[in-house]
Amino acid sequence: MEKAAAAENKAAPLKLLGSWASSYTHRVQLALRLKGLEFEYAEEDLGSKSEALLRHNPVYKKVPVLVLPDGRALAESAIMLHYLDDAFPAARQLLPADPFDRAVARFWCHFSDDKLGPAVGAVFASTGEEQEAAVRQVHENLALLEAELREGAFKGRRFFGGDEVGFLDVVLGCGSYWLAVFEEVTGVQLVDADAFPLFHAWLRDFEAQEEVRETIPSVDRLLDYARGLRQMLLAMAAGAGAPADAPTAAPPSAAPPAPATADIAVDI
Amino acid sequence: MADVVLLDLWVSPFGQRCRIALAAKGVAYEYREQDLSNKSELLLRSNPVHRMIPVLLHGGRPVCESLLIVQYIDEAWPVAPRLLPGDPYARAQARFWADFVDKKIFDCGTRLWKCNGAALEQATRDMIEALGALEAELGGKDYFGGEDLGFLDVALAPFTAWFRTYEQCGGFAVAEHCPGLAAWADRCRGRDDVASALTDPDKVYEFALTLKEKFGDK
Repeated sequence: MEKAAAAENKAAPLKLLGSWASSYTHRVQLALRLKGLEFEYAEEDLGSKSEALLRHNPVYKKVPVLVLPDGRALAESAIMLHYLDDAFPAARQLLPADPFDRAVARFWCHFSDDKLGPAVGAVFASTGEEQEAAVRQVHENLALLEAELREGAFKGRRFFGGDEVGFLDVVLGCGSYWLAVFEEVTGVQLVDADAFPLFHAWLRDFEAQEEVRETIPSVDRLLDYARGLRQMLLAMAAGAGAPADAPTAAPPSAAPPAPATADIAVDI
Repeated sequence: MADVVLLDLWVSPFGQRCRIALAAKGVAYEYREQDLSNKSELLLRSNPVHRMIPVLLHGGRPVCESLLIVQYIDEAWPVAPRLLPGDPYARAQARFWADFVDKKIFDCGTRLWKCNGAALEQATRDMIEALGALEAELGGKDYFGGEDLGFLDVALAPFTAWFRTYEQCGGFAVAEHCPGLAAWADRCRGRDDVASALTDPDKVYEFALTLKEKFGDK
């Protein structure tokens, strides 16, 4: 009886509210797995958000949300990754120890979120000349990362974190798997192994990691999802009156159009 | 070159965050005013990706983006005041709200000087709502960091110099909607480390009017 009571009093594990196709959700799932931390997962229907989600993230009303054993909650995936390092110092640390290296990792995390991600989203949401401009933007962004791998901050490393996957690998990696999916669905080449050999090799090594394979959904599921989303985005663009291949270039940080898509987490 | 150099622009609230953090920590540094219409070779070399200020150079190595610079300053000079608290949850909350300032306050503020008509009215509503959320986060505390300046105080303080501009453009009073925040702003301005970094609010308003002239909606 005492043992059972003690087991019941054991603190509840971390709980993650997420969406199966959300890269931001995958970041946190992957981080938890890399750290060997137990957690419960609850799938959110983004078309009909739960009361818990709205209560725990009233400011942005988005996934993922990390609910702590005491009921307090966190929002924003990159902030959660920092929290997990801080709260579980004995577990594998994702951020580097040195302040300068941390600043560099955070810088490229912002780059991924503010530049690369939206540029890839713009490729996916457009056609014709607008898409061509978005593709050029993606290539410029990938070239910057390739240069850092070749001769900059990450020179000689297998992963951005060094010999092992770290914070920036989790951030960039949980998003980069969409590249091959979008290439298949749009027929546009984004990551040319000849143009971006180091990025290509890094992505291949990242996707081969056991914890990553446990986290990223199957390619077939992602393809189905992406095909449906692409049809819908193009239909919306056509319905909005603007011709799908209007000559104006998409701005570099253009996100997919229409508020609804912010909830449909192709937020890479 | 001095060991610590800050590439900055006189009126930038982002640059001012860095100046406040350096002053709070008592770190000596060389301030270098940048001409953004004719960017220096040092700036272009230090921040090739964005070519923006602020940039902190420490031992010649560049750190970019104001909130990353402030975190770097806190970590590289782990002396009082500790800008990020020790508690993991409190650290996460400080990061969340500093990010909120970036996402909301700067965006609403820009729309306030830039827009007219219905867009201006929306910007005013959004700004009041955003300031209200920050007011709630402050609660009854002297500072967001508690008894002393913390990460969120540093992130938001420079924008207090823009309150007069927001009020003039939007036709509202911060003190009326957010009395706690207004009191906090006064408290911050009473400190040397903050006051020495901020631009005079009248000069900020003059500057905003020139921005409106150049880039505002017609």
